[in-house]
This record gives sequence, C-alpha cells and structure tokens, in this order.
Amino acid sequence: MSNIYKNRKYIILFLLPAFIFLTVYLYYPFFLNIFSSFRSIRTLGTYGKKWNEPWNENYVKLITDPVVRTSLVNTLYMMIATILGQVGIALVLALLVDNISKGTQFFRTVYFFPIVISATALGLLFNLIFLYDKGMLNQFLEFMGKRDLTDWKNESHALATMMLPVVWQYVGFYFVILETGLNNISEELYESAAIDGATRLQRVMYISIPMLRNVICTCLTLGVTGALKVFDLPWTMFPKGMPLKQTFLTGTYMYYQTMEAKNVDYGSTLAILIVVLGVILSRVTRRIFKESEDL
Amino acid sequence: MKRNKAGLAALYVILGLWAATTIYPLFWVIENSFKVKDKILKQSFALPIGDMFTLANYRRAFDRLSIGRAYTNSICISSCVTVGVMLLAGLAAFALVRFDFKLKKLCYTMVIAAMMFPVFSTIIPVYTMETTWHITNTSSWALNMLSVILPQIAGNISFAIIVLMGFVQSLPLELEEAAHLEGASIPQIYARIVVPLGKPSFVTVAIFSFLWSYNDLFTQMFFLRRPEMQAITRLLNELSSKEGTNYGLMASAVTLVIIPVVVVYIFLQKYIIKGMTAGAIKG
Repeated sequence: MSNIYKNRKYIILFLLPAFIFLTVYLYYPFFLNIFSSFRSIRTLGTYGKKWNEPWNENYVKLITDPVVRTSLVNTLYMMIATILGQVGIALVLALLVDNISKGTQFFRTVYFFPIVISATALGLLFNLIFLYDKGMLNQFLEFMGKRDLTDWKNESHALATMMLPVVWQYVGFYFVILETGLNNISEELYESAAIDGATRLQRVMYISIPMLRNVICTCLTLGVTGALKVFDLPWTMFPKGMPLKQTFLTGTYMYYQTMEAKNVDYGSTLAILIVVLGVILSRVTRRIFKESEDL
Repeated sequence: MKRNKAGLAALYVILGLWAATTIYPLFWVIENSFKVKDKILKQSFALPIGDMFTLANYRRAFDRLSIGRAYTNSICISSCVTVGVMLLAGLAAFALVRFDFKLKKLCYTMVIAAMMFPVFSTIIPVYTMETTWHITNTSSWALNMLSVILPQIAGNISFAIIVLMGFVQSLPLELEEAAHLEGASIPQIYARIVVPLGKPSFVTVAIFSFLWSYNDLFTQMFFLRRPEMQAITRLLNELSSKEGTNYGLMASAVTLVIIPVVVVYIFLQKYIIKGMTAGAIKG
C-alpha cells in the first residue's frame, strides 16, 4: 500500500458516514426487529406496552397459522416458477440469440425493458389484461371462438395469473446475465468442436452449458432469494391475498399482518422467517450446484 | 460455419415472439388509453382512430389525480437517494480499498452482510425509530420525503460500495502518487482523479439507485401515507383500489407513468442494462 494513504483522520472521515447509515438503518433495526417479535405491538411506530404472553406466542402462531402455510407453499411455487420460467426461458433465449449475428442488440433491449418499469404499473396493466368482463385476454379468446368467459382471478386461476407477470418481467434480467456469460466463452472452443464433427446441439450440451455453470448458479440463487422478496406485483393485482387469502406470499403476508391486521409484532416474526428462509435457501442452492460441479 | 436458412428463420420467429410479448402489452395499454371504457371492453384491439379517439381519460387523469405532484415527489426522492448513495458509497469504497487499517476486514464483512438483509426485516423498527424522531406522518413535506430517502439510501449503499470498490481496485496507483508529489491532498486526489476517472462506475450506481428507488412500492407504502405526499408508484397502487373499475383512467395513468421511463430507457439503455445487472454479475 502506498505511503500516501496513512492519515487516520481521512479513514474516519470517509468511512464514518456510510457506516453510520449501515448501523442505524440496517444493523440496529435488524436486531430491534427480533426484539419486536417478542413484544405485543398493536400500533405501528411504537415499541408496544408489554411483552408477549407466553413469550414465544408469535413463534407458536407461525407454526400453526394456516395462512403461513399457504404463503410458504405459494412462495415455493414462485421459486419453481422462477427457476423453470425465468431462468429456463432466459437460457433458451440466450442460447438462441448466440446463434444469430444480426439483431442481438435489439433483442437485448426489448427483452430487458419490462424490468425498468415499475411493477406497480405492470400490475395495473395486467389487471386490464386479465379483466373478467372483458380484458385483453378474454376478448382474444372470444375472438378465437371461445364462448364463455374465464375468470382469471378466481381460486383455480389466481396463482397462475399472479405468477405469470412476475416471471415475464424478469426473464430479460437473466437473459442479459446469461448472454454475457455466453459471450465470454472463447470462440476457439466451438471451432475445434466443430472440426471434430460436433453438431450444434452437442456444442450446446457439452460446451455452452457446462461453461455457464457458475453463471447459471448465480441466476438460480438470485431467483430463489428473489422469489422471497416479491411484493409489488402480487400486492397490486391481488391485494390482501384475495381471493380468500389464497394468494399470499411471504412478503405480502408480512405486509398484510403489519399494516392491515395491525399485528405489528407478528409482522416482525414473519420478517424473521423471510430472513431465515433466505439464508438457508441461498446456501442450499449453492451447495447443490457445487456438488454437481465435481462430477 | 454453414447456416441452415430455414433454421435461422425459425430462430428469428421464436425470438420475435418473445419480443412481441414484451412490446405488445405496452402498445396495447397506450392505444386503449385513448378510448372510452366501453370500447376498451369491446374493441380493445382496434386502433383508436376517427370516432374512437378521445382524450377524456387524460383530462380526467389530470383533474382527479395529482400526477404532477406525485412526479415531483418521486423525482425528488429518487434524486436525493441517488446523490446520497453516490456520495457516501464513493468515499467509503475509496477508503476501503486504499487505506490500510485494523478493522478493514470487519468493515468489508459488514458491507457484504448488509446486502443480505431484506427490506422486510428492518422496515418496522426503522418506522418506529423515525416516528420517535417525528419525521414520519407529519405535515412537513421535507421531513416526510426525508423519512423515505434515508432508508432507501441505506438499502442501496452496500451494493454501491461493492461496485465502486471494484472500480477503485482497477485504478493504477501511480496516478494518485504523482498527484501526491505535486502536493495534492487526499480529498483533492479523490475529487480530481478518482471521481472523474470513475464516471462510468458512478453512472452505473446512479442508475441502479434511481430506478430502484423510483419503482420501490414497499417502502413508500410505509412512509408516504398522506395523499399529498404520495409518489408515483404509491399513487398507482391507490388508484387500483379506489378507481379499480375506471379502466380508461387506469390505462391513461399507466401510460403517463411508463412513457417517461421508456424514453429514458431508449436513450440510456446501455448504461441501464449494465447498472441493473452489475450487482448480479459481481455475485
């Protein structure tokens, strides 16, 4: 290290502002949140008047609450949809784009574009598309000759209707990451494989995908942890878990308990559940992929 | 390599189909924002020409919704977040790379670990904390804006530090040493050498922070509860619960919110794509 950078005064001056922010707005509240989960808080913005009786009331509730189960199952579906839908579609599109020479920039721009738009606006847009009487989709189906209207927001369709826009919005994100990864693979590898007589499919299976393993792993980890954080689109399209609390995800249920049901301490407990799940799941995803790398 | 013409055409068709799913919904909502509710529900695929064309939805949107004020609030919040993140993260990243000190490892770990906290896990205590400071739910516009700006800065800062550290590490030390020999002080070295050379990295960080803050509904739902304080995404959310059947108004409001972002995206797409994916690629 150079000898110009010795003065302690500047270390403190430069680091302190950022670290005050991290401490006051992330670390301190994080621990305070654990404390809150044992208090009895009915009004947001207070620390509550008393402790919970018994002290682990919220954690018992967490295990027995059927809505927690629903939201965990829904979140699990969301993760599967993320892995298969977002990363899967993105991978297929990236491999296809790798084969063309003209227009790659166009597809990159167009595919990525939904990500910059606020999920709230997209939620309203999809509300119009899935409208029962009659949004874009039902009008289109009618035009195709279907007689009766489908209620895309009823109990049997709600989950799919909620997940489709979320998956759709983020395909472009993973597409860009995977496409960048593909561009980093050296052209020579493909050329020598082609000389050896490898078909296009073989080159994809034995060169592209193995070389992308780390990038795919990053995508999957991001997708799995990202599924735990989805909020805006589901909350705009299906507020309060409607219909009949069937569409809650961990994030939207945490918001519902805190802001709508005024169960602030229970909301804190749900937030802890989200953190714990996030840590465990990102570890598990990494572990699974590391192991298969050794094969 | 030899190419099969039919195969190539098939490739373009598949890629084009996905492109259509991203472009068409946008086009559809724009064309329908110029129609009355009846027509949206009956002829949503027809172009709004001739009799069908109307500006009523936009007139109503400007009458009923304070879109202008929501825009002002949004842009004010997101600009402050962007500036705050760049200032704080830039200095911290510079110090973390260039200086040597005992707690350096710990500081670095703190930055990395902070990225793991989802916003859900801190928002309730942050709200409580800010309530005791009397900056939430007040009639003061500036304080209310501040109550959103501060947590949003905190939420972006660790990501920004990581990106900017990568940039400072790539800078050759000789430049800074030469400036030092000429008598430049450390703040001068930072302001005159590091910042100008790091423009692309700062732009990446700025775009990420701005868009993230602009689109973040969750924090706004907690902190911007008074109607006159609403920012754009909060306004849209409110619209869907209060005027959920006024489809023309919804279409025009969505259009009004999307168009500026699309225009900015078209001009800055390269930087935006880089900014939004930078965090992911770094892992």
